[in-house]
Amino acid sequence: MSGAHDDVVVEQPASFEFTAENLERAKAIIAKYPEGRQASAVLPLLYIAQKQHQNWVPRAAMDYIGGLLDLAPIRVYEVATFYTMFNLKPVGTYFLQVCRTTSCWLRGSDEVTETCKRKLGIDIGGTTPDGKFTLVEVECLGACVNAPVLQLHDDLYEDLNVELTEKLLDSLARGVVPPKGSMIDRQTSAPVGGPDTLTTLRFDGDGNAA
Amino acid sequence: MLRDEDRIFTNLYGIHDWHLAGAQKRGDWSGTKDLILKGRDWLVEEMKTSNLRGRGGAGFPTGMKWSFMPKASPDGRPSYLVVNADESEPGTCKDRDILRHDPHKLVEGCLLASVAMGASACYIYIRGEFYNEASNLQVAIDEAYAAGLIGKNACGSGYDFELYLHRGAGAYICGEETALLESLEGRKGQPRLKPPFPAQCGLYGCPTTVNNVETIAVVPTILRRGGNWFAGFGRPKNNGTKLFCISGHVNKPCTVEEEMGIPLKELLEKHCGGVRGGWDNLLGVIPGGSSVPVLPKSICDTVLMDFDALREVKSGLGTAAVIVMDKSTDIIAAIARLAHFYKHESCGQCTPCREGTGWMWRVMERLVKGNASVEEIDMLLDVSYEIEGHTICALGDAAAWPIQGLIRHFRPVLEERIKNYRATAVGRSHAA
Repeated sequence: MSGAHDDVVVEQPASFEFTAENLERAKAIIAKYPEGRQASAVLPLLYIAQKQHQNWVPRAAMDYIGGLLDLAPIRVYEVATFYTMFNLKPVGTYFLQVCRTTSCWLRGSDEVTETCKRKLGIDIGGTTPDGKFTLVEVECLGACVNAPVLQLHDDLYEDLNVELTEKLLDSLARGVVPPKGSMIDRQTSAPVGGPDTLTTLRFDGDGNAA
Repeated sequence: MLRDEDRIFTNLYGIHDWHLAGAQKRGDWSGTKDLILKGRDWLVEEMKTSNLRGRGGAGFPTGMKWSFMPKASPDGRPSYLVVNADESEPGTCKDRDILRHDPHKLVEGCLLASVAMGASACYIYIRGEFYNEASNLQVAIDEAYAAGLIGKNACGSGYDFELYLHRGAGAYICGEETALLESLEGRKGQPRLKPPFPAQCGLYGCPTTVNNVETIAVVPTILRRGGNWFAGFGRPKNNGTKLFCISGHVNKPCTVEEEMGIPLKELLEKHCGGVRGGWDNLLGVIPGGSSVPVLPKSICDTVLMDFDALREVKSGLGTAAVIVMDKSTDIIAAIARLAHFYKHESCGQCTPCREGTGWMWRVMERLVKGNASVEEIDMLLDVSYEIEGHTICALGDAAAWPIQGLIRHFRPVLEERIKNYRATAVGRSHAA
């Protein structure tokens, strides 16, 4: 009941099938599950379809996957609409997802969202007229000690503020995707300024902490 | 403070090589075959000795959970281990660091735990957003297969073991173990009624144990260093080391491994540079992920970070995700955000949760403004009790507790907000 998928009329392609390479990938995935349990592959196959089809899953792809997995179409539809990571309508080239949950909110996620809205001239859920950017708010992305964070496709951009968000958007507007991870000088989830633990360990060949 | 020598996650921050060669230098995969050959009973007993309690939030004793798995399979059904890597509890990002920086600890743990439960296959269910984490983990799995550490005759022990990675797709509810199994079977993630419990009838109708990433990833180190070593940390029944993720209003948010039972104040001051603006600027702390009730400063002054200490103050250790709020925080808005989260994530199966989470969120949004009557605070509390305990899974409880905690500790703030709103509203109507 995520409510993430609006009932909008979307122009749907008439047909869909995996590329030869993706079909091989799909077959390898189906083989991970026991005989007769191929329905388990529905999520991974929807991912492949989404990646192949400009980051959204058309209805024809759901039907096609149902055919591959021997599932009634409704079994695929109900899965595709339940999980929030499947886009059921076209999205911009850069699909920006700003985390809005409490840990990010405490450190300024509202400002990140506002910056995106202001710079892109769109509201939450909107796409820029040139089709370059889509902006959405999402719930906890699981990178809370690096809050606030924004997800762009497979990558997280962390430790954001207004200025860094502007920089990120400017860079994307030029078609340059910056390196993922913390946007400030910080080692992953360690405290700013460097770790205060695990500093005394040296690892040599025998595997013992020395 | 815990010594570095006693920290399990030695590559927590990804400074060292996370691949097999690097992991082996840090001691992973050393003597695994010997541990397997000690046999199932020894493994379970050693885990019982360690007093490890599940790190996913509920804190159930791990060794005991494993002992529920059937010893034999008269009907030929296989047993499964399923690892819950659907880390989505707001505030929590500890498993992320294991998955991306220490994946071999998890892979080795999956093998040893599976031996202890007689499982021949394991599925790791990872949240969809963790794409890069899943990539690292898949590489680690492939490396372990290529090195003969898992697969047929794992580590040369004669034990056959298959390990698969499965990505979720953005549904918090799939962190609930039976919803996770539904999702893994290719359906909507809607929790199952229990009983039957997964240990009797879980994945594909087979005996299954679902464990959290951190729970499984600490297993190899515990078995190598001994259950007694792990039990030597912390207080009775609250033993071992633990990953804490501290977010919000501290000077230096971070993830850190510490001894269970560390005082909350010490955790924040030693590792996180303290509360922004000093300890006296603290308003409150959510000590164990969004689902546990918030604690006011007066309790934070002295409370210890373990299961029983936090239960005594009517909160919980949960996932040990510590969300810190200083005095600049609008505590009502902070909890309203969580109310929105639970409304968004309710799977829609049970009426009290499906309808109740939305209702509570709408009331919370009015309370943020103060646009309510004081009686509605009690009504909100009443409704939260009607949701709690009346649903198939614990999401209903998790939605109710943050609001109960707010009312328990910050009721005057709620009343004040209503009073102020009324004053200005009345003022407006007079002026008009």
